[in-house]
Amino acid sequence: MAARLAEEWFTICGGCEVTILDIGEPLLDLLEKVQIVHMPVLMDHKLFGQTGEKTEMEIPEADVGLISGGIRTEEHKLLAQEMRRKCKTLIALGSCACYGGIPALANLSTTEELMTKVYRESVTTDKNGFPHEDIPALTDRVYAISEVVKVDMILPGCPTTPEMVAGALTALLEGRPFTLSTKSVCDECPTIREKKATSTLRRRLEPVDFTPGAPLTQMRCFMEQGFLCNGPATRSGCGGSEGTPRCIRAYMPCEGCFGPISEKANPMVDMMGALSTIGLDPKQIPDRAATFNRFSGAGRLRPAPKR
Amino acid sequence: MGKTIVIQPVTRIEGHAKITIQLDDTGNVNLARVNVIELRGFERFCMGRPVEDMPRITPRICGVCPWSHHLAAAKACDAVFGVTPPPAGAKLRELCNSIAYMEEHILHFYFLAGADFLLGPDADYSVRNVIGVLQAAPEVARRVVRVRHMCAKMLEIIAGKAIHPQAAVPGGFSKPLAKDERDQLRKMADEALELAKFSIAFAKESVFPKYLDVVKSLGVITSGFIGTVKENGALNLYDGKLRLMASDGSFDDFAYDRYTEFIGEHIEPWSYLKFPYAKKRGAFSLEDNAPGLYRANTLARINVCDFIDTPLAQAELEEFRRKFGRPAQLTLLYHWARLIELLYNAENAIRLLDDPDITSLETRVKVTPRAARGVGCTEAPRGTLIHDYETDADGMLTNMNLIVGTTHNNAPINLSVTQAAKSLIHDGKYDQGVLNTVEMAIRAYDPCLSCATHRLDGKMSVKLDIFDAQGSLLDTLAN
Repeated sequence: MAARLAEEWFTICGGCEVTILDIGEPLLDLLEKVQIVHMPVLMDHKLFGQTGEKTEMEIPEADVGLISGGIRTEEHKLLAQEMRRKCKTLIALGSCACYGGIPALANLSTTEELMTKVYRESVTTDKNGFPHEDIPALTDRVYAISEVVKVDMILPGCPTTPEMVAGALTALLEGRPFTLSTKSVCDECPTIREKKATSTLRRRLEPVDFTPGAPLTQMRCFMEQGFLCNGPATRSGCGGSEGTPRCIRAYMPCEGCFGPISEKANPMVDMMGALSTIGLDPKQIPDRAATFNRFSGAGRLRPAPKR
Repeated sequence: MGKTIVIQPVTRIEGHAKITIQLDDTGNVNLARVNVIELRGFERFCMGRPVEDMPRITPRICGVCPWSHHLAAAKACDAVFGVTPPPAGAKLRELCNSIAYMEEHILHFYFLAGADFLLGPDADYSVRNVIGVLQAAPEVARRVVRVRHMCAKMLEIIAGKAIHPQAAVPGGFSKPLAKDERDQLRKMADEALELAKFSIAFAKESVFPKYLDVVKSLGVITSGFIGTVKENGALNLYDGKLRLMASDGSFDDFAYDRYTEFIGEHIEPWSYLKFPYAKKRGAFSLEDNAPGLYRANTLARINVCDFIDTPLAQAELEEFRRKFGRPAQLTLLYHWARLIELLYNAENAIRLLDDPDITSLETRVKVTPRAARGVGCTEAPRGTLIHDYETDADGMLTNMNLIVGTTHNNAPINLSVTQAAKSLIHDGKYDQGVLNTVEMAIRAYDPCLSCATHRLDGKMSVKLDIFDAQGSLLDTLAN
């Protein structure tokens, strides 16, 4: 019998859902083994019944549940709880669900500051009020799914990778364990490292030094060239079976989208160490907290104290 | 007052919305609204960050059209720094834009909206989806899945990453395209062009004729349109000037940084999403054919352009105009216009790959921070995308305003849904097929509410009295 699959999405961009489609033709084989019972982006199961006749949100029973996006409204909280009740295995899909992701940068501001910016200070906006009818209340900050309900598995990345989603779902269907890498992006980066920076820290306003057409194995490490790279404190795996991390292939440093190397890791401490080791001064980086926790702000970032 | 019907969530669109339909005592539609219920807040949390980070952060507004935000951000940075990318830098960006468009238009036509047409609007909800399409037309479906996936692979070859890329940088593109990569891409582009040709022929032969009545009636409204054209009036999706057309076909052309003269944004209490309008033509009004009402996305672009500078798409445009005039108003024609654009992008990708500049090693110029304002626009698949940045002398962001494609369509979507609900629901009678047909009026616009709700606000309680001077609405905000 086909395994039943449910998917919900909260504070999202849709990139992880597109990633599922990016599995490509193997997805068609996978779809023969699963029955999708709830997935708003692809199918029409409604939360309050098909004609809106119910009063409580309801998700069908499922073997596997996927949640993408962090939690930003009270409605997301209720839905996360309903997903937990109905799904035997619950997976946090993508870095927003796992760690808050980019939307958790909002945790640096208070809700009042956000409101003022959007509805009072925008150059094109008529200042004729605030939305308030029939819209769900916001939570006080962005939460990772695991801060609200128990999660059985995380698949990080912004977005996560097709290979990882296919691998995890196949493992689950076959009753095999699925594990994430515990290495860092640097462990899979092919560039040359000599443990010594050749420049002080530089902003990404100029090209990195590389020979077009030459393999990445002939290029010096970004950080040793003085360009900040979150590789040392970021979990590897984005490159899939090909190995080389995705952004490195574009001659751009890692921005840290796979999140911390382990649940216990502290990216701030790891990055300060990595920079100091090669002779760079972390204090040159303004806004270090948001730079080193760019994708893991749920629970790690908070508004600056009032001066 | 009678019963209220709530359809939640609106499905097979990107992001979160619900439809509220209020019936009167006799069971006829009194009011229909699309409530947008999702929020984030990019304009606030981008402030104070280095402006060169914007092409990396803002794609996260939307994982379906990350390239649009990526490129609009890179272009706004070019403007802030006062630089022009080398030809290869600009052409690589435009190439990625066209490939991303193909991927998204295929996604929408076949995966999201297609099920309504291929299986019928009132097919059971459990099969009225892409899985149902797979079973009903396995050959077509397999080909579509393969080509869409191939487009993602093409983007990976050029830029390392298809979703949330980093390759477009202030001043150009981070890496050149190797000649062997170009040759590989050229073959792939041919296959994409074949699917584009097939899609429009298939739709004109087997899909649109069957639904002619629906096309002529569902969600029909009259509005103006916005899009981007080149200096010579040709359709362009990467760069050009903005053209804002009224429903009578007259229009204003203006440079990106003058958008604030032409576009205003209105707030309604029942949606987190603002309502843009053509402010030179009058105050905002949520009424069909209101003077300020305009639409964005495929139909808008096909309407505002004078011509398309690729032969196959131009031939399709001529046929489309013979049939529906200019500007064409029928809402479901968005689907038809989408397929014309699919064809244009396939042709444009081939044209760019055949351009010798595309493999030039010079893809990027160095930039230097300064205090400046820069506006960067692209046509996102869902409409005109505006990124407006201001920086201080160190190049740190001091102000940001974003208007995204779907936001332009907020008022039109509401009017189309109202029209659809009023024409379909009578005497309190409706079923899931009827409600899905109402949703089809939204799907035509291919809304991306992830994009539209990049802003963030929320249910406020205590501290809103800060804004007391602004009006009496504050009273209703207490929760």
